[in-house]
Order: sequence, then C-alpha cells, then structure tokens
Amino acid sequence: MQKLMGQLMNCYVDVDSLEDEDYVQVSQNRIRCSMTSLTNWYETVTKKTDSETPSKKRTSSSRDWQSPPVVVIFKDMESFTTKVLQDFIVISSQHIRELPLVLIFGIATSPMIIHSLLPHSVSSLLCIELFQSLSCKEHLSTIIDKLLLTAQFPFKLGEKVLQVLINIFLYHDLSVQNFIKGFQLCIVEHFYSQPLSVLCCQPVDAKKRVNSLSHDQCENIRKLPSFRRYVESQVSEKQIALLTADNFLKEITQKLLEDLRVYHENYVSVLRCLHVFTSSLPKYPLGKQIRELHCACLENRVWETEEYESSLQLARMLNKSDLVTMLQQCVEIFVSSSGNEFDKTVEKLKEFLTQFQKLEAEAFQERDVSVSSQKELQKKTDLYHLQKTLLELKESRRSKKLTKFEMLRFEVVDYIDSLVRNYLVPADHKTLHEIAYFNTASVLRGHLNAAPRIALHTALNNPYCYLKNQALKSDGGRISNKAPDICIVYKLHLECGRLINLVDWLEAFSTVVMAVEGPNADAASSDQVDDIIHARFIRAVSELELLGFIKPSKRKTDHVARLTWGGC
Amino acid sequence: MPNLEHPAYPAATLLHLESLVPCRESQVSMLLSIFGERQQFSFPSIFIYGHTSSGKTYVMQTLLNTLQLPHVFVNCVEYFTSRLLLEEILIQLQSYSSETEQTSHVPCDTFNDFVRLFKQAVASRELEDQTLYVVLDRAEQLREMEVNILPGFLRLQELTDRNVTVVLLSEIVWELFRPSTGCFEPFTLYFPDYSIGHLQKILSQNHPPEYSADFYAAYINILLGVFYMVCRDLKELQHLAALNFSKYCEPVVRGEANERDTRKLWKNIEPHLKKAMQTVYLREISSSQWERLQRDDGEPGQLKGLSAHTHMELPYYSKFLLIAAYLASYNPVRTDKRFFLKHHGKIRKTNFMKKHEKTSNHLLGPKPFPLDRLLAILYSIVDIRVAPTANIFSQITSLVTLQLLSMVGHNDQLDGPRYKCTVSLDFIRAIAR
Repeated sequence: MQKLMGQLMNCYVDVDSLEDEDYVQVSQNRIRCSMTSLTNWYETVTKKTDSETPSKKRTSSSRDWQSPPVVVIFKDMESFTTKVLQDFIVISSQHIRELPLVLIFGIATSPMIIHSLLPHSVSSLLCIELFQSLSCKEHLSTIIDKLLLTAQFPFKLGEKVLQVLINIFLYHDLSVQNFIKGFQLCIVEHFYSQPLSVLCCQPVDAKKRVNSLSHDQCENIRKLPSFRRYVESQVSEKQIALLTADNFLKEITQKLLEDLRVYHENYVSVLRCLHVFTSSLPKYPLGKQIRELHCACLENRVWETEEYESSLQLARMLNKSDLVTMLQQCVEIFVSSSGNEFDKTVEKLKEFLTQFQKLEAEAFQERDVSVSSQKELQKKTDLYHLQKTLLELKESRRSKKLTKFEMLRFEVVDYIDSLVRNYLVPADHKTLHEIAYFNTASVLRGHLNAAPRIALHTALNNPYCYLKNQALKSDGGRISNKAPDICIVYKLHLECGRLINLVDWLEAFSTVVMAVEGPNADAASSDQVDDIIHARFIRAVSELELLGFIKPSKRKTDHVARLTWGGC
Repeated sequence: MPNLEHPAYPAATLLHLESLVPCRESQVSMLLSIFGERQQFSFPSIFIYGHTSSGKTYVMQTLLNTLQLPHVFVNCVEYFTSRLLLEEILIQLQSYSSETEQTSHVPCDTFNDFVRLFKQAVASRELEDQTLYVVLDRAEQLREMEVNILPGFLRLQELTDRNVTVVLLSEIVWELFRPSTGCFEPFTLYFPDYSIGHLQKILSQNHPPEYSADFYAAYINILLGVFYMVCRDLKELQHLAALNFSKYCEPVVRGEANERDTRKLWKNIEPHLKKAMQTVYLREISSSQWERLQRDDGEPGQLKGLSAHTHMELPYYSKFLLIAAYLASYNPVRTDKRFFLKHHGKIRKTNFMKKHEKTSNHLLGPKPFPLDRLLAILYSIVDIRVAPTANIFSQITSLVTLQLLSMVGHNDQLDGPRYKCTVSLDFIRAIAR
C-alpha cells in the first residue's frame, strides 16, 4: 500500500516539478505518503490551471467534476493482494470530494472477479461500468493483415514459420506481444543468416544494391535452389551467360525482383477476393480467417487441395444476393489495389454484376417452366401413364437446360478459379523467394519453444554439442572419460533404478575416471579411492542435486533418490 | 421537547444537536454526561461499537463539531502503520496551537516519542483547560499494529498526565480487542441498529423541498417495504432512495396522479424497485447507467450486468491444464491409475474406503496436488504429444496469477510446489466444451 502511494506521489511530484520550474525539488523521503498530501497537491495543481485560463468557466452541473479527475489504472487486477485493493478503495472513497479519482481495472478473466475480490461493503462504494476490448484473435488478425498481407513490406514469413508463431499464440498464451517478439526474432534471424537479404528492401534501393553486388554475392545467388530451377528452364546460351557473366546476372536479378514484387501485390488482392468468397461458406472448408487461407495458399497449390474443391462446389450453390454482395466486395478490393493489372478484372466483375441485375427482369419467366411441369403430374393418370411421365421428367431433369442464373453463377465461379490459378501460386515456386521469405522454422522453434529439460539432458549426455571440443566427440553409449565430471556422473546415474547407492556410484565413477591411465596405472589397490577423485565425485553429485535430478532419500542413509525418468 | 440537557452547554446548541442526530438521543446524552464540563477530566478511554451504518462516526463528529470541543479525528485504515498514525495525530494537534504556523514534519516512531511530543503539543493556551478528544475510527486496525499501541492509547491520560480522552470506534465487540497481557478497560457503549421506525424517520428527513414531507414519507414507506428484508444499511437505503425518487415522482410530474394517489404511485414504482434490487443493489450495473436507463425508459433487459459476462478465453493448452488441475484436485490419488492408464488393475474396496465414501469430494473442496501429478494427468488427457517446453510451465504460473489455481504451501519450497484448483465444476464444463 505504501509503495503504491509512494509511486503515486513520486509521479505526481515529477509531473508537478516539470510544470513549474520554481518548485523546489523535494526528495521523496521527506514527503509523507498520505492522502492529505495528495489532496493538497491536487488542489495546488488545479488552482494553477484554473488561474491560467480564467476565460474558460466550467459550468458545474450536478455530476460534472469541477476539475479533471485523476485516473489510476490497475493493470492486471487479479494479481493485486485483495486487502490492499480494498483498503485503497475505502480510503480513496472517503476523500473523493477533494481528490476525484477514476479507477480503471484491467481484468483478464471475467467481471465476476470483482464480486469475488471485493466484499459488498467495498464494492458498494464503487460505481462500476464495464468496457470490453476486442478479443485477442482479432488483434492477431489485424497484425497479420497489416504486416504480412500487404505489399508495403518486402519481408514475408514462410508457411512453416507462420504456423509456428500462430501455434504458439493459439495453444500457449494468446499473447499478441509474444507474437510480435517472435516476428521481430524472425526478422533478425533472416537478415543475420541470409546474406542475400540485403536485397530485401524497398524497390528504389533494390536497384542500386543489385548493381553493387560483389562476385561472392552473385555466386550466392547462383547457389539458391529456386535460381537453379530457373536456370534449368532457360535456353542453353542464356544458361551459360547466367552462370558466368555477372552483369547479365544482375540484370536478370533486377527483373526477377520486380516480378516478385508484382507477384506480391497481385497475390494480396486475389487472396482477399478469395477470402470474401470462402468466409461465408458453411463449415468453412478453407478456414474462417484470412490467415488460415494464407497459410493454405503458402503451403502448396491451393487449387489442388480437397478443401478447395469442396469450397468451389459450395460456391456453386450460393444464392443470388450473397453472390452479388461478394462480387461487389471483390470489385472494391480490386479497385483499391495499386496495380493496374486488375482493370480488366474489375470490368469483368462489373459485367457480371450487370448481368445479374438483368436477370431480375427475366426471373418470372423461369417460374412458368417449373409450374407447367408440376401441372402435368397432377393430371389424373393410370399407372402406365404415370410411369411414362415420371421417366420423361427424369430425362428432362438430367438434360435440363440450366437457368440463366445458374449459368452465370458457374461463369463467376470459374472466373474466380482462373484468377486463383493465375495469381495464388505458392511462394516457393517463385524464383529468388529466399530473399524475401524466412522459412527456417527449426531455428525459430528452438528459440521460442524453450525446453530446458531437454537442453540440460543434451548438455549432460552429449557435451560435444555445446562445448565443441573434438576430444569429447563420442558415440552414444560409451562414457568418455575426458568428459566433465558431471557428465560422467549423470550418465552413470541414468543406468540406476530409483534409489542409488552412493558408494557403488563412487566406485563406478572412479573406474571410469581412472581408465584414462590405462595400462600405465600404478598398482594402486582397487579398494582405495583417491581423495581427489572422491572430492570430484562429491562436487558432481551436489551439482546434480542442485539441478534437481536427485535428492537425498529419507528412507535409507547413504542413498539418493532419483527424480527423473525416461525422456523428461 | 429537548431531550438533551446539560448545564455546561447552551440550550440552543443542544437543540440544534438534537435535530442533527435523530434516534440517537440516549447515546448522545450518555456521552454528554461522561464528557462533563469542558475542563473536567473525563473517562480515559471510551469504546463505542455497533454495526455498519449505525451512526457512530457521524454522531461523534457531529457532537464534537457542534459543541466545538477540541478533537483529533483519525481513520486507522488510512494511517495503517503506527508511525503514520502517531504522526498524523501530532500534525492535527499542531493546528490547534497558535505559535507554529506551518506543519513541520515531526518524526515520531515509538509511543514513547509520541507521549513526549504530545505533552509538548498540548501545552498551548487554548488546550490547557479543555479536554482533548482523540477519536480513532475503524479501531480494529489497531490490533494489526504493534502490540503496545492499543494499551498505550487506552491509558493515554495517565501516561501524558494531561486532560485527554481517547475514543475508539469499531464494529467489533470489545472482547476481541482485549490484549492478552491485560490493559485498562475502557468504557464500552453500544449503538444499537436502527429499527424500521428509526430508518423511516431518518430517511424522511432528507426530503427535497419541492415535495411535501408526507409525500416523501409515503415514498420511504414503500421503499422500506421492498428493501427492508434484504438491506438495513442506512447508507445503502439513502442511496437507493435518492436514485429512485425521480421515477416515483414521474406520474405526479406528468400529471397523471396527484400526491395522494398512493395506489397508482405504488403500481408505477413497484416493478421498478424490484428491478433495482436485482441490478443496482447488487452492483451489477452502475448508478449512472441506472439513471440513464430511467431517463430513456428503455428496456432494462438489454443492459447486461456484470454477472452476464462469464465467458473467458484461454489458450488451448491452458484449458487442458485447468481441466487436469481440476481432475487432480477432486479425484483421489488411487483412482488416477484407473482412469488414465490403458491397462489398469481393479481397485479393491478396503474398509477404510467404505467408511469414507459418503462425503462427496465436491463438498469438501479442492485438495492440493503436487506439480508432477498435474503434468502426468495433462500428458494423458491431451491427444497429441505435448513437448515439455517452458511455455507450459509458465502457463501454470499465469493460471495462478489469474487466481484460477492457487499455490499451497510455502513459497520457498522449490522442489515440490503444490497447487489447488479454485474453479467450479460449471466453469470447467464451460471450458471443456
């Protein structure tokens, strides 16, 4: 409580001293932390501002504060000790006339927590209003929208990496901050490990940088797998030129980078258009959010997947008004996209729309056709005639001429399909995609999904992994005696059962350690154990106890109990 | 008819005092007789206790202010350490002396210093011959401070050898205050709760001037009829009266009824009051929202109170962690093997189990479980393979911060943290969907 008030006083004092230079700097210890000092400070501050603006007279209605209230924000209300919170509310409510306070509580669980944290006597002092912020999944969608699904930033995340980040978000912590940090880590990793990422920049700078590439960099480009695919697809003279001449390579690189940029722009627009269609289908075969669609498109050719087939079939069953709204939304998307490639698309879509509107006028004609077929059935017939008419109907239904609306619907869906096939090529198939896309998910997972036990186990089992000492390189199973003591002790303890006899352990340890001497060993009696080895053993065992692998057993003296089993 | 008579104080002030403290005449006359005349020594310490809103603070303050007796009024919740409390008393005392003008900071750590400084502070002209009253509100906090504070205050008159009386106001009876080492017993005075007649009288006093007292009294009658069963707190009732009066007056304002048409007014206000009981009284919605609702005359059904928002979003693994914690808390250990392993043996019922089968675990509350058991159950209920990353462990801690799990046992016990699940079955069912 005192700390809370001290912090309040401190920040108030700072604010106050900033406003008025003549104010004497008073050290925090001398100011008493009490409500009276707070109210005095508040009075002085508000009196000052009032005197500065005499023209602004505030009309005091029954509810308005005469002067602005002080807002105190409690981040994370659940983590406050309840008594402190209650006392604070009680005290501040007594001084509410002199110091108008507005308290904002950040609640992570549900608003019922107010009733469980504060007793009635305290919550009756509060006038509670509820505000709800957007759910975190919406925040995530906004972030992905603005960072990845835009042509503004050349850096993009590969599919696996995006999946890792989204999984951590959905499965572990629902934390947007962590997602952002992971994203920043990806950027750092990409620019650190990929030497060609110098070309991942705004198109204006890219040209200059391509021209100034060194020979080593050009070799790097030639080694990229996507570039190799591109070379193989060219004519042989071009191949030789690409592989030898640096200048030609640079020109081609510029062109390819430009292609990549154009691809990004188109990709984003068509993706949004497809999302408009698939987000309203029942059961969402391709996912409800645009990020799921994006992941699916990145993974492989989306038109070859089953979900795409089913979503096309469902789209062929949409009704008219839905279809019209979707087309209108697509028109807006394409109109707002920056490239001029979509002008034709926009025209075509507008054509579809006008055709739909024309269909309205002809709608009544369709009804006659269906009505007549109904009338035929209702005439009184005998069994033979009934059978004949039913067969005829079945034939006619099979070869029924599709209504104009259905034909138009087919055309629209086919057109969208063609757009998808043209533009939503997965990024892996584009040349030079490694420059802009970061796809090493294993590195990311290693950093973000920390597994401390596994790391410990690796370190102790296989010290070469971290120490990089050639002498330690050993195959699994054998216990190398050059390893650090704790590794030897750890491996020995893995072979034991629940209770480990310390004396046996010490024997085994000394055998392993003394094996280094080999045949040169003096004929020291095997019963006696060297004092130094004993000391080393004790130190290693206490380190293991500190790490939590063993603990002294209460049941038997001279034994320790093992605490971990198997694979952590 | 003036009930309060005292030779030392002028009759006019006493009359005024009486009008300010209705229904408390007997207590006030008792206090006046104890206080005696201004210069007379009074009882060294007085202990006043009574339920919430029985008027203790209000009566004390009115009495001291109206009769202009020198006093120091301190709230013990606000000054929660002994040092703050003692310094505050000294600071307030300084305002009585005319020599020092600014309140200089006087450090006072111990009761010994306090007594010494107190003696100095009381040495001014005005206070020399009058009794000084030190009133400590919410005195139950004194028990949490150092052990010598409470006995010290009870004997303050003797320790300082001055004309001072300490008044302690509290909601708890004196038996719970008595320190184990013994102390000077104060004079105890009980403020009984207000009866319904008293409440009626007090509430009717605050009638707004536009309407007659009878009209308002009828309104208070109706209000008490609805709320008296659930609430006898005067503050709460005053709040409710103020909020709902405008709605009550609506028919009169609109001209549909006049002031005496009680039936119509009752029909108008009754459903409104019932709704108020469910919402504003329980603090589901705020009073400003209620007023807005009244003005707009909208459907209160649209407004969702606090308890309507119970849905909570949790990440995938956290849900499983919570479910595993619930299972660990409420299932006995011996059933774990049966539920969670593929090849379990049969559990033989022993005599012990037969005896203890009756009480359902749900009634007994959650039991603490160690961390390893939680992780074992978690790994067996999650379908996919869960890697033991640090994220899962940190989720356990964040569940503790959200008060969905609680940590049992000492904080220092690093090798075996034990937890308890604090959520109910309905909550788990909602999550498990």
